[in-house]
Amino acid sequence: MKTKNFIALEGNQAVALAMKQIDPDVVAAYPITPQTEIVQVFSEYVANGNVHTEFVTVESEHSALSACIGSSAAGARVMTATSSQGLALMWEMLYIASGARLPIVMTVVNRALSSPINIHCDHSDAMGARDSGWIQLWSETAQEAYDNLIQAIKIAESINLPVMVNMDGFITSHAEEMLEPLEDEDVKKFIGEYKPIRSLLDVEHPFTVGPLALQDSYFEFKRSQAEAYKKVVPAVREAAEGFAKITGRKYDLFETYKLEDAEMGIIVLNSTAGTAKEVVDRLREDGKKVGLLKPRLFRPLPVEDLKKTLSHLKVIGVMDRADTFGGFGGPLFGDTRSVLYDVEHRPIIVDYIYGLGGRDVTMDQIYKVFEDLDFINRTGRVESLISYIGIRE
Amino acid sequence: MSLPGWKEMPEGIVILDAGNAQEYETGSWRTFRPVVDKGKCTNCLFCWIYCPDTSVMVKDGKMVDFDYAHCKGCGICSKVCPVKAINMVGEGSL
Repeated sequence: MKTKNFIALEGNQAVALAMKQIDPDVVAAYPITPQTEIVQVFSEYVANGNVHTEFVTVESEHSALSACIGSSAAGARVMTATSSQGLALMWEMLYIASGARLPIVMTVVNRALSSPINIHCDHSDAMGARDSGWIQLWSETAQEAYDNLIQAIKIAESINLPVMVNMDGFITSHAEEMLEPLEDEDVKKFIGEYKPIRSLLDVEHPFTVGPLALQDSYFEFKRSQAEAYKKVVPAVREAAEGFAKITGRKYDLFETYKLEDAEMGIIVLNSTAGTAKEVVDRLREDGKKVGLLKPRLFRPLPVEDLKKTLSHLKVIGVMDRADTFGGFGGPLFGDTRSVLYDVEHRPIIVDYIYGLGGRDVTMDQIYKVFEDLDFINRTGRVESLISYIGIRE
Repeated sequence: MSLPGWKEMPEGIVILDAGNAQEYETGSWRTFRPVVDKGKCTNCLFCWIYCPDTSVMVKDGKMVDFDYAHCKGCGICSKVCPVKAINMVGEGSL
């Protein structure tokens, strides 16, 4: 193992650095808070000749992803980044990228959706895209966002599916953290040269991309696409294994924290997991059997692994930084209940919607969640299946 | 024509052979069919230039007939014909 070489970077700068080391053929992007800095820093790399990337400045996110799709179909290694309304504007193109099996890699700096307009963190942007066929990786820290992005290239290109890497807006994107980047050559070696299965520029082998498929064929195409997601878990694990060999940093489908002998567990994405781990530590000192699960691969949902890891718990508190208006609790809540529906001794599962629009999530809020779980564990009584925490009544 | 099952679909929803639109017969879409009066036709080939489906058949520089297996009956040929030699006739009346 090489000696540790830590540097201080903001999350966005770490992502831009990863992009520089990946040196993609094409980046098409449009600025939006809090993602702007990624594209801004990367454009400096382009201007300074640090990368060979063709940087396409477009007039909207709809065009950004359209340009990415065209470039990817032409056989290029393609990256972009966005947030919130930008991702929302990409919506129709998201489905085209995944349906056409184009391995585009995009950073999503998670930010609330309008209205009311807000620039701060929640997960409603990426959650709105959870059924779009993009693989979703989530990151607690700048280091994880950086590491995930490099692994995302490998994952995307090994199975021809697009990947979005999520990190919390401002909390992770703009906070300075110590992180350990890879050497340029190590990144190059890890991701390898991109060899597309087809390229529109290959005139010897012409093909049509994005054709019409009506009642007689559309269904078969979508069924074959659904099958592709079975390859994701092995691809994510293979990339993680190779990554661990060069960095010593271990990744899997999710991270568990003191969960093995726990009775009560919290499931939470991204940066809040860091705060929650601190609460877990303190409650463990008091002898409470508490733990945490932080999903990394949220789409496709690693159903079997989650089932194995969660079914021994008595009570699960899901923390959702997004709501499903008119639905049944947050998106993570619905998935967790669905995953555990068939296990023999099903845990009680309750939902806590928190932190919308960047509302600060404090340790006190998480203590209260665990207090609530403890009450349910002792009494078997659920007073509120879906609660909103950290809100003025 | 037997259609492939989902396991045989090419990854990425692509068509891998060139020029296969010919295999897809669109003639049944037609409501009106173009009928040429060769007595009036001057073989100017305007119909051939304008036809969006390459359904005007030309041999030795002369317009000979329509490819009714593919002609969708859009009527452009009839509109652009400078001598009004092409009539659109309702399929039901034939």
